[in-house]
Amino acid sequence: MDIHRHRFDAVIVGAGGAGLRAAIETAGKCQVAVISKLYPTRSHTGAAQGGMCAALANVEEDSWEWHAFDTVKGGDYLVDQPAAEIMCREAVDAVIELEHFGLPFNRTPEGRIDQRRFGGHTRNHGEAPVKRACYAADRTGHMILQTLYQQCVARGVVFFDEFQVLDVAFVGDDPRRGVAGVVASELATGDLHVFECSAALFATGGFGRIFKVSSNAHTLTGDGPGLLWRRGVPLEDMEFFQFHPTGINKLGILLSEAARGEGGILRNAEGERFMERYAPTVKDLAPRDMVSRAMLTEIRQGKGCGPNQDYLHLDLTHLPPEQIDEKLPDIAEFVRTYLGIEPKTDLIPIQPTAHYAMGGIPTNVSAEVVLDAEGTIAPGLYAAGECACVSVHGANRLGTNSLLDIVVFGRRGGAAMAAFVVSREPAGLAPGFEDGVAATITGLLGGDGRERAADIRAELQEQMTLSASVFRTDESLRAVSATIDNLRRRYRDVAVSDQSRRFNYELSEALELGYLLDVAQALVAAALARTESRGGHFRDDHPLRDDANWMRHSLAFRQPDGSIRLGYKPVADGPYLPMERKY
Amino acid sequence: MHVDLTIKRFDPERDDGPHWERYGVEVDEGDRVLDALHQVRWYQDGSLAFRRSCAHGVCGSDAMVINGHNRLACVLLVRDVGSTITVEPLRGLPVLKDLVVDMDAFFAQYRSVMPWLVNDTDPGDTERLQSPEQRARFDDTTKCILCAACTTSCPIYWANGTYVGPAAIVNAHRFVFDSRDEAGAERLHILDEQSGVWRCRTAFNCTDACPRGIKVTEAIQEVKRAVLRPGASQK
Repeated sequence: MDIHRHRFDAVIVGAGGAGLRAAIETAGKCQVAVISKLYPTRSHTGAAQGGMCAALANVEEDSWEWHAFDTVKGGDYLVDQPAAEIMCREAVDAVIELEHFGLPFNRTPEGRIDQRRFGGHTRNHGEAPVKRACYAADRTGHMILQTLYQQCVARGVVFFDEFQVLDVAFVGDDPRRGVAGVVASELATGDLHVFECSAALFATGGFGRIFKVSSNAHTLTGDGPGLLWRRGVPLEDMEFFQFHPTGINKLGILLSEAARGEGGILRNAEGERFMERYAPTVKDLAPRDMVSRAMLTEIRQGKGCGPNQDYLHLDLTHLPPEQIDEKLPDIAEFVRTYLGIEPKTDLIPIQPTAHYAMGGIPTNVSAEVVLDAEGTIAPGLYAAGECACVSVHGANRLGTNSLLDIVVFGRRGGAAMAAFVVSREPAGLAPGFEDGVAATITGLLGGDGRERAADIRAELQEQMTLSASVFRTDESLRAVSATIDNLRRRYRDVAVSDQSRRFNYELSEALELGYLLDVAQALVAAALARTESRGGHFRDDHPLRDDANWMRHSLAFRQPDGSIRLGYKPVADGPYLPMERKY
Repeated sequence: MHVDLTIKRFDPERDDGPHWERYGVEVDEGDRVLDALHQVRWYQDGSLAFRRSCAHGVCGSDAMVINGHNRLACVLLVRDVGSTITVEPLRGLPVLKDLVVDMDAFFAQYRSVMPWLVNDTDPGDTERLQSPEQRARFDDTTKCILCAACTTSCPIYWANGTYVGPAAIVNAHRFVFDSRDEAGAERLHILDEQSGVWRCRTAFNCTDACPRGIKVTEAIQEVKRAVLRPGASQK
């Protein structure tokens, strides 16, 4: 395999919203390469639908402080409050800046950016839902991705499209001494490309493909968290994974919370609006963790719909048809395409779908990666977006705060990285750093293994959905932990049948599976240890939040023998004291 | 249900030219054509190359020719195609391997029309105002996902790859009709050139091919009319 060498001040890995926003911030300041395994416009930011919250108060009275409160409460008080304050305060500027970049937001009659309701976003600390989500129909993420890419094209940002990053090098193999480079496989040729650089920002997105029913793209496989974890970077709060209430039944394709923001209602088999019992004030607009649990509770009580009583209904039939056409056109089309029914007249079968990782690569508010509970920084290493954990989402992310996160912390990370590389001499990349990746690829291609990556992946997804999703117990987590150990052993015996170099997607997917197994292992270990219920992590055997013992972030460290050591660090507190979460 | 899948294969490392291969797969009738392709790659023939990501029609990775029509494999259901499915790579772009085509020319054409908002007036700390009617004027063309289904359905584009093609014009339209944009004349000049809008002969293939339902031909006609406005096109 041929090796190509490049030298940049910094690289950005991943070209979704966070990576592109970071790239814009570095343009003209330093030499940066954006490396993505997809064409940038294929990134999953483009699938985000409903909106991006900011207290513009264009439609109703609002304040960024209310937004921060909702974010902290929505996150079940595991949010680092100073970080949430920064995100919600800077949200206003971030939305205005996107508008100046050209983003075609929907407008009020006065020509200002229009806003609508979203789950968990309230006026004055929980009084009533508030119109805070800025949106572009139900393709807000698409418009953010397109707009940021357009701005990158205008600035002449350098892209390496369809390059799969597979490893990172640190000086002396020690993250505390700084970044030295990354190595990527060029999908079109199978050649390896070594990028020598003194800084790297990871923005690789989520890893929802560890679950069977997921809203996530096939390519969301935890590459960034996985490869950094193997190099000694911990993973924070991995046990907190969000299940979005309204995935299309069985397929998991997302139907935006905007459907409920526009007035849609969840109903059980009896036609009852059951959320009135679980969240009397905000009803269907409760945070996602609560709604998903309520749905599965209804199903457990035999109130599910269909012959197997295993799904519920989203009801849009009472909305004016023109409101569906104007505000929710894409999701209406998804319902027609994949279910063959008409959302204006038919009830829509839905189920919770694996959606968003609250946890990930630990960072501070400058997107610098933090290596331990003491706050030690990895110089030159940054992460932003879903792959990172700031933590602004705590134990449960509020709807729209992911688009906000990528823009705010993408910008902060890009700015911090550009300032860092200016004063940094190249660290020097140890010769032969790429040999490890080359050997892994050669092993997968030339090995005599008997396992097929697709079989291992399917079993992982099946078992994670069965045992580590909305409801968890000690027993279910131990079972899936044993399954993952077994799958990891089997993974060592994987062989790739396709021996060609060009566009070898079988090889690419086998490498991705390695990351899926890594992040699943970390998730289950942290979930097993956390004997309480908080946000997206619910333990049937420990159903209450336990602030005395568990008001702390988990850190999973990979040990040299492949096992996991768990550590913890305190939650950064602020003005809001933990209360019982009622809506 | 059982599906007979016939796929046009070509690996320049191994093959002298393209050839057809047949696969039988078992799928549910509600499955996507993409699911059938995955069945092949995951369980029968790992060497089958095709791009995909989101699997529900918003990322634009998996445009291909399915039973003669440009479609996204993740939006087309098996029950809507039938049990005999023929899949080929997009036409008009070089095939790199199997269903993977070289998108470089396509994205270069996209970049050539200045696909970004130009407005040098200082907007201050608030948003630029735009009425709902002004916003609606270019709504249709903001839906483009750059999948290339339109451009590679165009007979003019097949014959002459220097034509910027429908997708680039759609992305120019998105800014030409945006009330906030100030580069209309410059952009229209680009589209007035030999490789620009006048190549279009309104075959309407592009409109049929668009998986986002964009009225592509209409958008091209609107850009043509904009170019013809007196003084519209400037260097």
